[in-house]
Amino acid sequence: MSMDPEKNFMRKIEAEEKIEPKDWMPDAYRKNLIRQIQQHAHSEVIGMQPEGNWITRAPSLRRKAVLLSKVQDEAGHGLYLYSSAETLGISRAEMIEALQTGAAKYASIFNYPTQTWGDIGAIGWLVDGAAIVNQVSLQRTSYGPYARGMIRICKEESFHQRQGYELMIALAHGSAEQKKMAQDSLNRFYWPALMMFGPHDSESAHSAKSMEWKIKRETNDDLRQKFIDQTVPQIEYLGLEHPDKELKWNEERGHYDHGDLDWDEFYNVINGNGHCNRQRIEHHVKAHEEGAWVRDAITAYNEKKSAKKSRHAA
Amino acid sequence: MMSATDLKQATLEYALRLGDDSVVLGHRISEWVSNGPFLEEDIALGNVALDYIGRARMFYGYAAELAGDGRTEDDFAYMRDAREYKNLLINELPKGDFAYTQVRQLLVDAFNTGFLAELVKSKDATLAAIAAKASKETRYHLRRSREWVLRLGDGTEESHQRAQTAVDALWGYTFEMFELDELEQQLVDAGIAVDTTRLKAQWEVEIKAILSEATLEIPAGDWAVRGGRVGYHTENLGHLLTDMQSVYRAYPGCQW
Repeated sequence: MSMDPEKNFMRKIEAEEKIEPKDWMPDAYRKNLIRQIQQHAHSEVIGMQPEGNWITRAPSLRRKAVLLSKVQDEAGHGLYLYSSAETLGISRAEMIEALQTGAAKYASIFNYPTQTWGDIGAIGWLVDGAAIVNQVSLQRTSYGPYARGMIRICKEESFHQRQGYELMIALAHGSAEQKKMAQDSLNRFYWPALMMFGPHDSESAHSAKSMEWKIKRETNDDLRQKFIDQTVPQIEYLGLEHPDKELKWNEERGHYDHGDLDWDEFYNVINGNGHCNRQRIEHHVKAHEEGAWVRDAITAYNEKKSAKKSRHAA
Repeated sequence: MMSATDLKQATLEYALRLGDDSVVLGHRISEWVSNGPFLEEDIALGNVALDYIGRARMFYGYAAELAGDGRTEDDFAYMRDAREYKNLLINELPKGDFAYTQVRQLLVDAFNTGFLAELVKSKDATLAAIAAKASKETRYHLRRSREWVLRLGDGTEESHQRAQTAVDALWGYTFEMFELDELEQQLVDAGIAVDTTRLKAQWEVEIKAILSEATLEIPAGDWAVRGGRVGYHTENLGHLLTDMQSVYRAYPGCQW
C-alpha cells in the first residue's frame, strides 16, 4: 500500500527530510528549483567576467594568483550547480540556451562594471558576503543535491569573502589614493549588494511557495538585515564612511535601521539599463560560439576512436 | 671560472629569465578565463595559468633574495620594461585561437618536461627545488596539451586546419629554446643552468611522434625568429606589460 505521493512529499518537507532526485515531487516544486538553481549557476558563470576583467591587471603577483584561483572556484561552483539542476531533468545545453536567450536570469549585480581594482575587493567582500548569507541558509534547503552543493560552495565562498575584505584592508589602510579607491568601490557596490537579496518579501514573486516547500529558509528581508548588521563593524574597521547616512542602531529590534533602497534603480538595471547587461551575454555567446569547432572536434575524434575500437573488436 | 660575485649575478639573471618565461605565458593563458570552449576548460586553463604565476613568484622571489637590495618579486614583474624582459619569444605571442594555445602549450610543455628534469639536478639548491615542484605540474600540463593536439589534429577538418596553421605559425619560435648565450653557457659550466642544446633531439622525437599521431605535418623549418633572451621582443610584449603593469605603476610605492 502506498501513501499519496503529495502527502508523502509534504510529510518529508515537514520532517526536514531531504527530497532526492528520484523522489516524487510536485511539478511546481521542480520548476521552481530548476529556476533557482539555474539562476544561481548562471550567476557564478557570468560573475567570472567582471572579476576576470582584472586578472591581467592585478597589481601584485600574489593578488593575481588569488584572483585567478577565486575565479576558477566560481567556474567550479557553476559546474556543481549545473549538475544539481541536471538531476531535475534539464540539460546543461538547455540551460546555456536559456541564459543566452534571456529566458533564464543571473544575478543583476554582475551587470555593474568593475571599473577599478577596488571593485575586486568590493565584490569579494560585499557581493560574495551577501551571497554567503543567502547560501548559508540554503544549506538547509529541502532539495538534497542543492543543499549538499551549498555546503561545499559556502566553504569556498567564505575564503572569497576574506580575500576581498583583506584586499579592501590593504587599500583602506594604504595611501590616500588607495583609500579613496576603496571608498569609491564601497559606495558603488554597497547598495547593489543589498539588492541581491531580492525585493521586499511582500513583493517577491516566488517567496511564499518557496518558503512553504523549504526551498528558501529565510525571507529576503531577514537575510538582508543580517547582512546589513554584519557589514557595519567591517566598514568601521576599514575606517571608511558608511554609504547609508540613515543607518542607526535600533536597541529595541536589536538591528540596524537602514535607509530605503532605490528599487527603481534595481529594476532599471534588471530591465536592461545596466552598463553591462548586453556585454555579459554577448561575451558568453561569443565564447560559446567560438568554442563550437572545439566541441565538434572532440565529438569527431571520439567517434573515430570508437569506430577504430569496434573494428579491432570485430 | 667565474668569481663568486659574478656567479651570483649570473644566477640572478637566470632566475629572472625563467621568471619572465613563466609570468608572460601565465598571463597569456589567464586570458582564457571566461573565454574557453566550455566551463571545464576555463577551470583547467585557469589551473595551468595559476601554476605559471606560482612558478614566476618562486623564480622572482629567488632573484630578489639574490639581489638582496630590497627589491621584491613584484618589482621584477612590474617595474621592468619590455627590453629588460628576457623571456623566450614563444611565450609572449598572443593567445590566438584554442588550437594555437594548445599547440603552443604542447611545444612548451614538452620542452619544459626535459628542461625541468635537468634543472632538478642543478647545483643551485633553490633552482633545483623550484624545478622539482614545477616538474610535477608540467607533466600534467603535457598530458593535457598532448591530448588536445591529438583531438584537434585528428578531429574535424576545421580543427585539423586550425591546428596545422598553429604549428606552422609557431614552429619558427622553437629554435631559440635550444640555444645558449654566453651567460647561460657559463652557468652550464658551473653546473647551475640547463644545457638546452642537449634537449633538442629528444624534444624533436617526442613532438614529431605526437604531431604525426595527430595527422599534422612538421613544417619545413625554413624560418626562425630569435631574440627573447637578449630582450629583443616581438611587438606583443609591450602591450602585455602595459596591461599587466598599469595599476602597479599608476600608484607608485603602494602596497597591495
